[in-house]
Formats: sequence, structure tokens, C-alpha cells
Amino acid sequence: MSVRYELNKDLARMLKGGVIMDVSTPEQAEIAQNAGAAAVMALERIPADIRAVGGVSRMSDPKMIKGIQKAVSIPVMAKVRIGHIAEAQILEALEIDYIDESEVLTPADDIYHINKRKFNVPFVCGAKDLGEALRRIQEGASMIRTKGEPGTGDVVQAVRHLRKIWRQIKQLQNLDGDELFDEGKRLGVDFELVEAVAKSGRLPIVNFAAGGVATPADAALMMQLGAEGVFVGSGIFKSGDPAKRAQAIVKAVTNYNDAKILADLSYDLGEAMVGINEDEINLLMAARGE
Amino acid sequence: MKIAVLALQGAFAEHARALELLGAEAYEIRQLKDFTTQKWDGLVIPGGESTVMGKLLDDLGLSEPIADALRDGLPVLGTCAGLILLSKSILRHNQALADTVSQKEYYFPVLDATVQRNAYGRQLGSFQVVEKFRTTKGEVPIPMVFIRGPIIAEVGASVEILARVYDRVVAVRQGAVMATAFHPELTDNLTVHQEFIANIKQHHQVNK
Repeated sequence: MSVRYELNKDLARMLKGGVIMDVSTPEQAEIAQNAGAAAVMALERIPADIRAVGGVSRMSDPKMIKGIQKAVSIPVMAKVRIGHIAEAQILEALEIDYIDESEVLTPADDIYHINKRKFNVPFVCGAKDLGEALRRIQEGASMIRTKGEPGTGDVVQAVRHLRKIWRQIKQLQNLDGDELFDEGKRLGVDFELVEAVAKSGRLPIVNFAAGGVATPADAALMMQLGAEGVFVGSGIFKSGDPAKRAQAIVKAVTNYNDAKILADLSYDLGEAMVGINEDEINLLMAARGE
Repeated sequence: MKIAVLALQGAFAEHARALELLGAEAYEIRQLKDFTTQKWDGLVIPGGESTVMGKLLDDLGLSEPIADALRDGLPVLGTCAGLILLSKSILRHNQALADTVSQKEYYFPVLDATVQRNAYGRQLGSFQVVEKFRTTKGEVPIPMVFIRGPIIAEVGASVEILARVYDRVVAVRQGAVMATAFHPELTDNLTVHQEFIANIKQHHQVNK
């Protein structure tokens, strides 16, 4: 593997135990940084608004991304449409710290994901199961997140995806050598990658939880289920008191195993984002890009 | 040997692993009681985001007890974000940023050094080199990984320079304080952690 890929995986390791927050303006980015965000995701419309507005959702305007890069010292990420090579090239030219090839935006290619090995900037990609995670890694992703169901405030899909990835890793560990070859074929990835996961019992890169996290308890739940950090999209700036909620979620991720601290953090947080149940939504973003 | 590893955010697990490979006991510090219930031989402040760790140190009430312990001479190793937290003065990447971002000018001012955050730019500026690192037994080449790394722009007279990369100071020691701008915890090379443990032993002998 190239040195650049190692450096990109290493940046993800620096983000571990942290919260990555969606922001739409330099002011929000500053609120996020002051609240203890480990990185921010710059996007024009947070997922809840994308759902509300509808239409085609694309990479954000470079002007907006630049403004956020100027406002904070923490890493700045931004999203491109699945398979949109040119949007990714533009973000690389902006020296973005991480590209999220994201199902939250409208997919640009319904067959191929971006060949991420061709880029110097790192990519994070969503996954609903082990096969998706490994296919993205094979394409060159240096960080994985669960897809969850963005913009809903409903954590059930993120839980489902994270549990499924762990369950499939455990199942992989029970296969013998011959069976692993076939499993690699079935998942559509190289034997070496499947073998490495079976041996180590974990993904070879950092894995965060994302999609529907709205409260400190949600964040602690994902950490207890084995996420290495949390993305919070609509959950913060769609809530009553964004700064307070953001700080509480940051602390919940650090002390996810201490119920007494979690109780204090959850106290009087103001209104959470209203949320939509998964069976009330028309558009399943998680289904985009296999 | 019991070493406290600040585990608020970042690559603390990697430090704990390196220390345990060298026979030390590593304990994660996530809240106040984790730090105050034991007597420590050393402290590690890992890489991660310095703004996150600084904020959590304050909010969790850890800043003061750790500052007191450091003032009393608790040996410490800070890497990357850890270096920033230990330094007396922090420069801004650019002046425009200083105007908009309300960031602290220092956290634990125990290292007589001025550091600059993200001195090599954004992630595309991250790099790896093999360079000489000065140990008690002489200079040895070790791999150095810089991830959106800071540099040490100035050091005081009592600070010993342990490594330079491209003419910039990237590792220092001042008595019980050791700090690097790179991430020894991300490689399999244990030289920096060995030196840290040697520094702890020497420090305890001097104090006896």
C-alpha cells in the first residue's frame, strides 16, 4: 500500500473517540469547534433539509467550503455524489481534509463508485454491511461509517448496520481457508482483504457510526456497539440548543460507558430534532450505492 | 511502572499498546476520578485534535489536577496535539484565523516552546520521513509520521532538541517533559516510548 494511503488511514485514527458534525456556515463551524468537534462536514443543506426540499442534491459550492476552512483549525470534510469523479477532483483541488462519497447526495453513477486509489486526499464511505465496507476499502476508502438513515433522527438503521457488520465479521472468523476464498468472491473483494478481517476480527480501517444520531444517549449507544467515533448530521443544528447539545454529544462519546455522566449530559438539553420514523419516509438514502 | 494515558479523544489506544509492549502498565484517563485515584509514574498526552482535548480537559475538571501534577514534575510525553497542549505559546496558522477563532493561547505551559498548529497545511501536507532522533545512547534513525502536524517554531535555552526535519525542530526534551510533533504511536518503532520510560526512571532517581 502507498505511503499516502497509510497517512490517510492515520488521519482517521486521529479522529477516533471524536464527533464529526455537519455544518452549513462558518458560524456553525465555529460553534462546532468550540463545542469540541473533532472535524466538521461542510455541506449546504443538512440531510433533514435535503429530505424536506427534495430535488437533486450536489457537492457544495467551493466558496462555502473555503469559508469554513478559514473559520476553523480542525479538519474539514465535504461530500461528493457517489461516483462523481469530477466533484472529487474539485474537492481535492480545494485541499479538503476528507471526502465523503455520500449516499446523502443524489448518486451520479448507479454502477460504479469512485476509484479512490487515484486520489491523494482521503475518502470516507458509508456501509450497511461488511460487503459494502470491504468493497469501499478495496476501492481505496481510508475510513468507513455506517450509512444509517440520514436526516431522520432515527438511530435504528445505524444500529442495524453496525451490528450487522460485527456479526458478519464474527461469521467470517468461523470460516476455514477454502470457505474464505468463496466468501471473498461472494462479497466481491480480494481474498487477502477477507483473510485480514477474519484474522484481526475487525475492519482494517477506522469505522464511525452515522445516520440518525440525535442525542448523547444515541452517541453512547453507538460507541458501546463498537463504533470508534460518531458523525452527527442534522441532530445538532436542527435541535433547540445546538451548542449545548453538541458539547453533550462530544462528552458522551468520551465517557460512553459511564451512565452517571450520561445522565448529567442528557439533563435539560432543550428540544431534540423532531425526527421521522424510518417507516414514515419515502426516500431511503441508505439504499443508494451498494 | 504505571502510566496514565489521556483518553479523551484521538490515538490513545496506540500509545497504550506501545507502552505495554515495553512492559509498562497503561491506564486510560477519561474523567477526573480516573486520574486522581492513583499515583502515576508518567503521563502521555496523545495525538488527536488539540481543541477537542483542551475543551474536554476543562469541562471534565482535569485541567487543574494535571497542571498541578506537571508542575510537581510528573514526567510527560506529548505527541502532536499533546505537544500543543504542553507548550507555553501557540501561534496561529494564519492571522485571519486568529481573528475569527476563539482559541486558547496555551493549556499546560510546562514546555518552554512556541508551536504552530497545522504548520504543513491540510491533510495533503501530511508526510512520513525517516530522520535521526537523539536518544541517551546516541542518534538513531526512526520513522516519523506527521498528520496535519504542528512545528516547534521557537524553544527556550533549557530545551534540548531531539530531532529536526527539514531544518525544523520536531522533538524536544525539557527535564521531565518530552514532546514530538510527529506520531511515534503510529509506527512499530518503539524508540520514543523507550526514551520516555528512560526519562521517567532517571527522573525518579534524581528525586530520590
